[in-house]
Amino acid sequence: MPNLDHKNTILELQDISFSYATDEVIKDVSLSIHKGDYVGLIGPNGGGKSTLLKIMLGLLRPQKGIVKIFNQDINHFKDWQKIGYVAQRNFFDASFPATVEEVVMMGRYGKLGFFHFPNKIDQKKVHQALQQVEMTEFKNRSIGDLSGGQQQRVFIARALVTEPEMIFLDEPTAGVDAKTQKQFYALLEKLNKQLNLTLIFISHELDILAHQATELGYINRTLDYFGDPKEFLKGEYFHELIGKSGIHH
Amino acid sequence: MLDIFNYSFIIRGFEAGIIIAIIAPIIGMFLVLRRYSLIADTLSHVSLAGVAIGLLLGINPLITAVIASVISSAAIERLRISKKVYGESALAIFLSGSLALAILIISFAHGFNVDLFNYLFGSIVTVQQSDVFIILALGLIVLISVILFYKELIFVTFDEESARVSGIPTKFINIMIIILSAFTVALSIPIIGVLLISALVVIPVVSALQFKKGFVESIFIAEGISIFSVIVGIFISFYLNLSPGGTIVILMIIIFVCSFILRDNK
Ligand SMILES: Nc1ncnc2c1ncn2[C@@H]1O[C@H](COP(=O)(O)OP(=O)(O)O)[C@@H](O)[C@H]1O
Ligand SMILES: [Mg+2]
Repeated sequence: MPNLDHKNTILELQDISFSYATDEVIKDVSLSIHKGDYVGLIGPNGGGKSTLLKIMLGLLRPQKGIVKIFNQDINHFKDWQKIGYVAQRNFFDASFPATVEEVVMMGRYGKLGFFHFPNKIDQKKVHQALQQVEMTEFKNRSIGDLSGGQQQRVFIARALVTEPEMIFLDEPTAGVDAKTQKQFYALLEKLNKQLNLTLIFISHELDILAHQATELGYINRTLDYFGDPKEFLKGEYFHELIGKSGIHH
Repeated sequence: MLDIFNYSFIIRGFEAGIIIAIIAPIIGMFLVLRRYSLIADTLSHVSLAGVAIGLLLGINPLITAVIASVISSAAIERLRISKKVYGESALAIFLSGSLALAILIISFAHGFNVDLFNYLFGSIVTVQQSDVFIILALGLIVLISVILFYKELIFVTFDEESARVSGIPTKFINIMIIILSAFTVALSIPIIGVLLISALVVIPVVSALQFKKGFVESIFIAEGISIFSVIVGIFISFYLNLSPGGTIVILMIIIFVCSFILRDNK
């Protein structure tokens, strides 16, 4: 178990409710995430996992409640280089003209700021990130030519190259073969333990999350559970949920 | 054989044509990849209304075209963000609305001395010395803006949400792309003509995309196609007495077909 410093809260949701149109998709959600946490978020399809993640990132504005990130209201937050994001479906078309190296370099752009251009250091960081996800040999390939699993690894490298303190991942292993998935989880565990990187991770693989995550959240419009993953598995509550919503385990 | 460079209007045509050949594919790359190429067509029709207003008021029509195009582009972007009107419908309203306005002004003025045909299909004769200066100045603004904001432009084009999470001001970048498009389209009016501008913006880019290279390399390929077509097109149109806009676009289409065939045979 990594050292959990539960005093150092870096993300806090207070009483969040959100609706796209009229129906409330997220209702009265409160939670705290601490430095070094590995948070797994599970729940049925359409339960609001992606929506909650986008609220945490400031991409969606809740109608009710407060989001605090690094002790700052998200609306005033400026330190974006502390955050990495790997979206659910990386929406881009296969003919987009960008090499793997160019895509990963984008992770440095926000950090560089206006009117500064990538230099040798940025180049080196890109190569290191590609090494971490074992994609170095593909660096000159067109992103559209890669398999889904390889593309996901490139997007993870892009999140890593920012050198963030916290990474948000939205079902990054969906559509990825089993072997790549395993490597990927090993990589996340390493990043969490060695770099003390805080992870917030939406996934369906309850088995793996239960072993790796330090906190588990179950979202189905409301946050029905948030706490120790092993307690969640033990609880009768879990069996009830499986019966109701059919998550597989 | 006539010596082409003895005619000052030809020199002006080359100067204006080459500047436009350089900026059009750069802007085109961002528009094509964002599935927004229709905006070039819309802004060209808006520019025609601008030309008509300029002719009516006796102001340089290139200046009024640029103003009309920039104002409309900002309005179109606001409509798109508000989501009150579908993006494409907003474009259709501006396209037909400005064409209607242009026709009204033209019929009100009982036609103009200047051949309107030149503005529809482009002509080298239309390019005045003052136009060359305007094209050069605004063309430089487009080029320098793209170079300065290159990182932000490519990131927002590739993946807008991740760009926002990286702290890139995506709203500002979006409005910039659209205003630079407005400049580019309006500047192309005298030489390429209203009806053919979107071809200039789109075809070299789509041809370059067939080669499946990186972003920077693709821009250079598109540049090569664009500059080649414009220079050769102006030569051919001069010696064969053809419309320059039409000749340039036909050359671009030939290159596009070749790149398409090349890709399929790879
Ligand atoms: N952009 C959107 N506009 C309207 N409704 C949406 C949008 N995105 C998601 N929803 C709806 O919100 C609910 C939660 O979706 P989502 O957060 O994607 O769930 P999950 O990620 O848990 O599958 C679903 O009912 C979905 O249909
Ligand atoms: Mg989702």
